[in-house]
Amino acid sequence: MTAPQAPADRETSHRALVELDNVSKFYGNIKALTDVSLEVHAGEISCVLGDNGAGKSTLIKIIAGLHRHDAGTFLIEGEETTLANPRDALDRGIATVYQDLAVVPLMPVWRNFFLGSEPTTGAGPFKRLDVRLMRETTRSELLRMGIDLRDVDQPIGTLSGGERQCVAIARAVYFGAKVLVLDEPTAALGVKQSGVVLKYVAAARDAGLGVVLITHNPHHAYLVGDRFVLLKRGAMSGSHTRASITLDELTRQMAGGSELEELSHELERAPGPTHLGGHPVADDPR
Amino acid sequence: MSTVAGPSAPAGSDERLLRTSPLRKLLGRPELGSVVGAAAVFIFFSIVADSFLRASSLGTVLYAASTIGIMAAPVALLMIGGEFDLSAGVLVTSSALISSMFSYQMTANVWVGVLVSLLVTLAIGAFNGFMLTRTKLPSFIITLGTFLMLTGLNLGFTKLISGTVSTKSIADMEGFDSARQVFASQWTIGGVELKVTILWWAVLVAIATWILLRTRFGNWIFAVGGESDAARAVGVPVIRTRIGLYLGVAFAAWVSGQHLLFSFDVVQSGEGVGNELIYIIAAVIGGCLITGGYGSAIGSAVGAFIFGMTSKGIVYAEWNPDWFKFFLGAMLLLATLLNAWVRKRAEATK
Repeated sequence: MTAPQAPADRETSHRALVELDNVSKFYGNIKALTDVSLEVHAGEISCVLGDNGAGKSTLIKIIAGLHRHDAGTFLIEGEETTLANPRDALDRGIATVYQDLAVVPLMPVWRNFFLGSEPTTGAGPFKRLDVRLMRETTRSELLRMGIDLRDVDQPIGTLSGGERQCVAIARAVYFGAKVLVLDEPTAALGVKQSGVVLKYVAAARDAGLGVVLITHNPHHAYLVGDRFVLLKRGAMSGSHTRASITLDELTRQMAGGSELEELSHELERAPGPTHLGGHPVADDPR
Repeated sequence: MSTVAGPSAPAGSDERLLRTSPLRKLLGRPELGSVVGAAAVFIFFSIVADSFLRASSLGTVLYAASTIGIMAAPVALLMIGGEFDLSAGVLVTSSALISSMFSYQMTANVWVGVLVSLLVTLAIGAFNGFMLTRTKLPSFIITLGTFLMLTGLNLGFTKLISGTVSTKSIADMEGFDSARQVFASQWTIGGVELKVTILWWAVLVAIATWILLRTRFGNWIFAVGGESDAARAVGVPVIRTRIGLYLGVAFAAWVSGQHLLFSFDVVQSGEGVGNELIYIIAAVIGGCLITGGYGSAIGSAVGAFIFGMTSKGIVYAEWNPDWFKFFLGAMLLLATLLNAWVRKRAEATK
């Protein structure tokens, strides 16, 4: 079994790969998500922005098949769907890369790369993992994305956070995902590594995938995004295309007008980056 | 191959692997700690017990190791999958009792009892796995429950049916001799008496190693034990994997149970209690991480061999066998410390 690379005959019509229409999710009597709409198109990046607790994780879990939505419609290529589990989502071409549970740290890189979709060779009781293919493919696919590993046998836990994200992205691309969902891929990373990861996100987009980028960083989102959905306390507080919004406006909406003004005053008084405590909010244009 | 630091990296070559010496590769193996430990135990008893090095002793040591090793291999896989099975020890006895009592009560060919026992034992394994994946309670609690229930059932049923704590002899029943051939025969090779369990042990360890390192299921075992949420997210059937692991333990318990039955012809219903910990100890000495995700089946075999050497070595050294548990405990601590140290070094030098 060989996984197809980005298929050439990808539909280029305006039909969205994934479309959420007024989707809601309740946990008991708690409204985790209310009437959220989102479109994901091939070759585009849809960003979901929101602060902690805004409902980003709930949204991602619905798209990834970990949770079922309670109201609204969830369309995959125009067809209404309720995903039963993550396998179901994968089979329909939706691959999700989680911030912290993307990989199994103690396992070698090549075992991680093929986890859940291992190629086999031989038949009957001698059916076995195609270890050579797995190693070589892992090395060459990562190289193609610009990651040059010394040793595909090293436990993936020994890679840096950015490299791990990139392995997970490379894996999704290799297995022919049509939609790539990225959960805060840059949250735990430094500025430079964030840049590297965003480069792979853009590479995945250029390969024709539809990308959902979940982040709380408007700067990162604006660098690569085509559409922006803003979440606040479980509800949608804005939905924009790149043409209809500027970075300043996006940042303002994200932080909330008055809060932002306060913040910018504080920033003016404290010009050093020490004020940010080393937190990687910034590719800021200073 | 001379390697000067430089950015050029032709695809597919290993030019930056210069520093990964074979020694370092060896240090990265989960079994290493146990092999060092086994060598130390072997040398120790060779010095303190004169008869330890005799060929006949080897057969005895291997036999003791095999009765533990047959169970330790699937228990190791289960531990790599991140779970425990505290019912494994008494399950062996249950399996023997079911086989014996069914044949006796139904006056059937003993092979019928053997097959019924296989089905029931697998069902108990499936029950463990099902309860675990369904309730999401820790396997420690689930299998502790099964352990206690089986202990009670073993004694209760045996007393109810045969009136004593042991089963009736099935030695004169049809099929007994052929079943004994399979489960409890022995050969003498070059003056060394070798029991068939050693063969079963070797085969089970080989199969377990094959499964673990060369099949999809093996990849899933590592993943489920290492980070089950991540495994589930990439489509690994976590529930099926866990249930499969419990079935593996049950199968080995069936093999051990039949050996127990056919090496004598009666079964003591109170046996097996405490053995579950020895299986776990063998797996841990063999390099299995108690939190799952790391370990090896071969390591469990080395762990079982250490157990065999220690339990028989103490006899050959003519010491009071009461000391055995102390040795086992000390061994466990040392092996675990050594394993942790080795793993840390192996990861740090990458």
